[in-house]
Amino acid sequence: MKEIIKISDLKNHLFDGMSIMVGGFMAIGTPELLIDEIVRLNVKDITIICNDAGLADLGVGKLIANGQVKKLIASHIGLNPEAGRLMSEGLMECVLVPQGTLAEQIRAGGAGLGGFLTPTGLGTIVEKGKKIIAVNKKDFILELPLRADLALLYGTTVDKYGNTNFTKTTRNFNPVMATATDLVIVQARKMVDRIDPDNVMTPHIFVDYIVKEEE
Amino acid sequence: MDKMQIKNFIAKRVARELHDGDLVNLGIGLPTLVGNFLPSDIHINLQSENGLIGLGPAPTEETYDADITNAGGQPVTLLDGGMYFDSTLSFSIIRGGHVDVTVLGCLQVDQTGSLASWIIPGKMVPGMGGAMDLVTGAKKVIIATTHTNRGKPKILKQCFLPLTAKNQVNMIITEMGVMEVRDDGLHLLEYNPEYTIMEIVEATDATLVINNPKVMKLEV
Repeated sequence: MKEIIKISDLKNHLFDGMSIMVGGFMAIGTPELLIDEIVRLNVKDITIICNDAGLADLGVGKLIANGQVKKLIASHIGLNPEAGRLMSEGLMECVLVPQGTLAEQIRAGGAGLGGFLTPTGLGTIVEKGKKIIAVNKKDFILELPLRADLALLYGTTVDKYGNTNFTKTTRNFNPVMATATDLVIVQARKMVDRIDPDNVMTPHIFVDYIVKEEE
Repeated sequence: MDKMQIKNFIAKRVARELHDGDLVNLGIGLPTLVGNFLPSDIHINLQSENGLIGLGPAPTEETYDADITNAGGQPVTLLDGGMYFDSTLSFSIIRGGHVDVTVLGCLQVDQTGSLASWIIPGKMVPGMGGAMDLVTGAKKVIIATTHTNRGKPKILKQCFLPLTAKNQVNMIITEMGVMEVRDDGLHLLEYNPEYTIMEIVEATDATLVINNPKVMKLEV
């Protein structure tokens, strides 16, 4: 049985300067309740790893708008003009990473890999400062793994053991992020006794705490 | 042709490059229009890199589901046979060469098949999203774009904006013509007879290889 915590307990797992992976794609599949609590607690100097910058008032965009994000690692910030402004004014460091590379960096971080070789970004500014390795006469960029202190996931259905299912396109980065952080907290849209084992997308061994949405 | 007619004209010509059963990823903007012009006997599988294959049209009030979106975060529907997956599988599909065709817009594209589409330094920095992986991994890369941007050429000898990918573009389709990137240069395969060859050459910074181009079909 997995421990269900209150949203007010989230503060016990947060600290200034921490790194957080946040599931979601343009805020679809992002645990908004958990984000709102971090905004309320005003945790500072956070490094956010997320597919994108969310929208001005949705997803990680709320943390960015509140000036809590020191560094953002994402593939796209185009839907959040505030993120672009903070980046160009030097108020937030922003590392833009090709989306497939970002997903695979997180996978490598969670899978115990020392990195991986990808052709994506060859001949572009993405390869700057990175090792180029030839395999069978083809060049690849060596990309390194990514890990973080905490992952915040949005589970559609979570069972009492912590097994999690993500419906439709809310899945995106959620399952891979569950593997790549020291601590994993899932916001559960719905709690059930048992998810059909065939439908478990994140096994309970990855999940540390559950926050129920209805609270 | 007005702006919308030009876009539809380009989209319609792009649609003819797609084959039954192809797995296709369409970029945001003009490329999304391509789906409107598929012949009824051709069924393709549309991928959206946020995690689905079987992308359907925008929902009606009855079919709307906030949990189904495309890579632009817009609500969409899932066609029969479609399915969802996570971001790592999505990019295994993309990088692994399982996407037959990707259609994208551009800021600049050049005669060596290099593409610039994700950043104008100091002006616009949206990020590359999945474009770098798509252009690198897809079997065929088609750039669907207006031939010029406010009169300025977009098809260049060499891109000067930061690249999305080097030497990955196969075909460029505009309202003026169809061009293919080959080892010996950028070939004008088809031209729109609304323009003279001279006008097309003048609107193009890249050196075009012109060897009996065919006439582009015109119905909009």
